[in-house]
Amino acid sequence: MSKQITAKTITDSEFFYGHKACAGCGGSLAVRIALKVLGEGAISVLPAGCMSAVGFNYPHLCFSNNSIISTFAGTASMLTGVEAGARAVGIKNFKAVGLAGDGGTADIGIQALSGAIDRNDDILYICYDNEAYMNTGIQKSGLTPFGAKTTTTPSGENIHGNIRPKKNLFEIVAAHNIPYAATASIGDLKDFMNKIEKASKIKGTTYIHVVAPCPIGWGIPVNETIEISRKMIDCGLWYLAEYENGQFKLNRTPRKFSSIKDYLLSQGRFKHLEDADIKILAAQRDAKWTTIRKNWNTTEEEL
Amino acid sequence: MSKPYLRPYQKPQKLSDYPLGTASEAGYLVTKNCGWRNERPIIMDECINCLQCYLYCPDGVIFKTKSGLDIDYDFCKGCGICEKICPKQAIKMEVE
Repeated sequence: MSKQITAKTITDSEFFYGHKACAGCGGSLAVRIALKVLGEGAISVLPAGCMSAVGFNYPHLCFSNNSIISTFAGTASMLTGVEAGARAVGIKNFKAVGLAGDGGTADIGIQALSGAIDRNDDILYICYDNEAYMNTGIQKSGLTPFGAKTTTTPSGENIHGNIRPKKNLFEIVAAHNIPYAATASIGDLKDFMNKIEKASKIKGTTYIHVVAPCPIGWGIPVNETIEISRKMIDCGLWYLAEYENGQFKLNRTPRKFSSIKDYLLSQGRFKHLEDADIKILAAQRDAKWTTIRKNWNTTEEEL
Repeated sequence: MSKPYLRPYQKPQKLSDYPLGTASEAGYLVTKNCGWRNERPIIMDECINCLQCYLYCPDGVIFKTKSGLDIDYDFCKGCGICEKICPKQAIKMEVE
């Protein structure tokens, strides 16, 4: 494989700086790293969501590359337009990149995303997944996991938070037969950086789904954002994988999962869960991993 | 190396000072974030320059210098991710 991007080789320039995201924000780290990998040729499109709210506060503008706010539902369609427009006026060495949250991707923007993949426009779509509509005050999205407490899925005596499992967006996107899709986590930036690099070199639509915890919405201390995303991978509730040439590939195969209970109960949004709820989550995880191990290419290799 | 930087800003005095349309110059910073901070990270001599804090900082305020790393305290929010990520415990948080 070609040269890896590391902390040593990545550009020193910052393209998302001085923003007003909360201390310890995972989403802002995902955006910062993505733009550092793509460089100044990136033209970013952000729908309504935290990253547009914290990045554009006129006259305080925190993106130093070309950036634009799209409609909530139209990230991918605006990307299509940006890419076609930049090409038409003869701009060279650019990459149209979408930076949308989980709600803007899995719920509100899924139609535009599906259309863009169908047209196979030359764009990169990055979904930073913090598992709820955090910008508007923690409402449930399609990517909120089972059992999580949000303001629209409260926990009470009878119902313990969200009753529906997390939508499997990575595989929904892959089902379009997209040239390249991947999952990532801000807990493993080396993996994330190299997936962005790989995606940016591929002609056609590419999609990266990166988990980016929100300390406020998840109920964790602000300095534990990275730790909790690592725990999420270790306990098997998230996986690092790629989809390319019609094949799924797992990048990391944990031999043994760490305690799912430890991961869940260290967060405020899962504090109310009882043993029975945790068993349901563990069973969902085990079923998912059985399918993964049966059908996906699980041989580990360096990205 | 380039990054957005602080610039002086004068509030528009009359209508013609306001920009036309909604577009404006990229990377134009007018306010600091240091007022959000309760604790400030201090990089100590144990630092081995592994760059993990530089990489994992959500605000990108840790930057490389000739002799190691330094912190832009104008924009550090004091979240403490750098302290946690440091493999040598070379960053300590100091109450402001």
